[in-house]
Amino acid sequence: MDSTVTPTGIKPERGAKTLIRRHSLTVRLSHWLNVLCMTVLLFSGLQIFNAHPSLYWGMYGADNDPSILSMEAVENGDTVKGVTKIGSLTFDTTGILGVSTVDGEPAARGFPAWITLPSYQDLATGRRWHFFFAWLFVINGVIYMAYGFFARHFRRDLLPTADELKPANLGHEITEHARLRFPKGEKARNYNALQKLTYLLVIFILLPVMIATGLTMSPGFDAVAPWLLDLFGGRQSARTLHFVTATALIAFVLVHVVMVIASGLFNNMRSMITGRYAIETEPSSVGHQGELTP
Amino acid sequence: MSRLITRRRFLIGSTLTASALGLSGCDVLVENPSVQQALRMAEGLTMRTQRLLLGDNALAREFTAADISPVFRANGTSMPDGAQYQELLSKQFSQWQLEIGGLVERPTKLSLAALKAMPARTQITRHDCVEGWSAIGQWTGVPLGNLLHSVGLKPEARYIVFHCADEFEKTLDGSGWYYESIDLVDAFHPQTILAHSMNGHDLEVAHGAPLRLRVERQLGYKQAKYLMRIEAVADLSQLYGGNGGFWEDRGYEWYAGI
Repeated sequence: MDSTVTPTGIKPERGAKTLIRRHSLTVRLSHWLNVLCMTVLLFSGLQIFNAHPSLYWGMYGADNDPSILSMEAVENGDTVKGVTKIGSLTFDTTGILGVSTVDGEPAARGFPAWITLPSYQDLATGRRWHFFFAWLFVINGVIYMAYGFFARHFRRDLLPTADELKPANLGHEITEHARLRFPKGEKARNYNALQKLTYLLVIFILLPVMIATGLTMSPGFDAVAPWLLDLFGGRQSARTLHFVTATALIAFVLVHVVMVIASGLFNNMRSMITGRYAIETEPSSVGHQGELTP
Repeated sequence: MSRLITRRRFLIGSTLTASALGLSGCDVLVENPSVQQALRMAEGLTMRTQRLLLGDNALAREFTAADISPVFRANGTSMPDGAQYQELLSKQFSQWQLEIGGLVERPTKLSLAALKAMPARTQITRHDCVEGWSAIGQWTGVPLGNLLHSVGLKPEARYIVFHCADEFEKTLDGSGWYYESIDLVDAFHPQTILAHSMNGHDLEVAHGAPLRLRVERQLGYKQAKYLMRIEAVADLSQLYGGNGGFWEDRGYEWYAGI
């Protein structure tokens, strides 16, 4: 339906639709390149994690040191159980974490075959994919950052205004989001405050932390920038934070995708592919924003 | 009837295609030689970038005695089972000699006592396994650069190869002996030492007795144990699988700085 709507396709009861230019070519390209990079980085990262499925805190950490998270295969008679430990808590995660099926047989592995790249255990290949796409991700990020500052994308599209940051407004936006009610009309022209804050968090905190904690695991880069070890509390802390931040990014992507679907899959996909995004211009009659119903 | 068969064929066909794509689509890509070749570009980029940022002599972090791991995990071979090594071990390495040869002016053999009598460097550093774990230990040994200066490298020498006493993978053709190699930047780095002591004691067998390499800006598999022979070479293609090391011949990066 939406696809046939043109700026002149007036539907009086809902207001006319106008296609606006929402995403620049740079944003669109970097977005989809990021989708590719983050997907490969996640799956190859889990392959690398599986080589030693335990996490520690501090400068060092190996088998004999206390771990803060571990995935193990525990033999129990003639069965084998997958056990995941987080701190002092122990969970039976047979089938998913610790032990999962490979070629019909239970096998000891941190994450299951269907979520690692390659599916079988191969650390060397996992590392090659991870580092190649890490480079692509960093180059993509540098171009995007330069664009963001010089083309004023950050200031124009992502910096919240003082009004938007007022608690009343944020509270209102949170309630509306929770009810899956999204801004309409002129208000849909720009990101709302929750979007802006989330994207700023991802762009300026989570993704840079991924890169920095990744580099802190490199013995070569530690010699270049020893301060990274102090910043994150050591190589093993950095490895743990790399994992935690990756988890936060997965949570972001899940919410992001749900929101994209809930707020108009076709329109959102079109805007990230062609750049054009349809907004409903308000009916000429007086209507309060919050009272528009779907 | 024919429509039904067509439809069933279509369903079977599409199910097979979907499962092939879903289960092994990524693995097919992974095993494609052109893809593998392309991915290898990242290693060169990483090495050049790190070397550019590092300069030749940036040091790895050195820790204090309080930071040493209570248990330093031993990895790889923990007891070489070759007859020659067992013989040397039974005499506490009194008959062991480190052979230094290849593209050098003055090929040399050094006993363990001679190495221990040389000026040594002691450093407390972090050992990072490619698998992800780390352990901190104190190492004492002879800076490799001093040894190379004393034997004199020929101008065409580009790499230093370390031949080890452990056959890590038993093969009929003998391709499973552990070996490693580094370039001259790392060979002459002040923290690159041939360690004969760990945490204040003679190196244990599990950690590479009597002598192991420490290259502190690279991962654990570069830290060759059970050193027998050091060879200066112009290129690595003539050795074993041609990739410069046991793990390198099995797919791992030669430059293990990340």
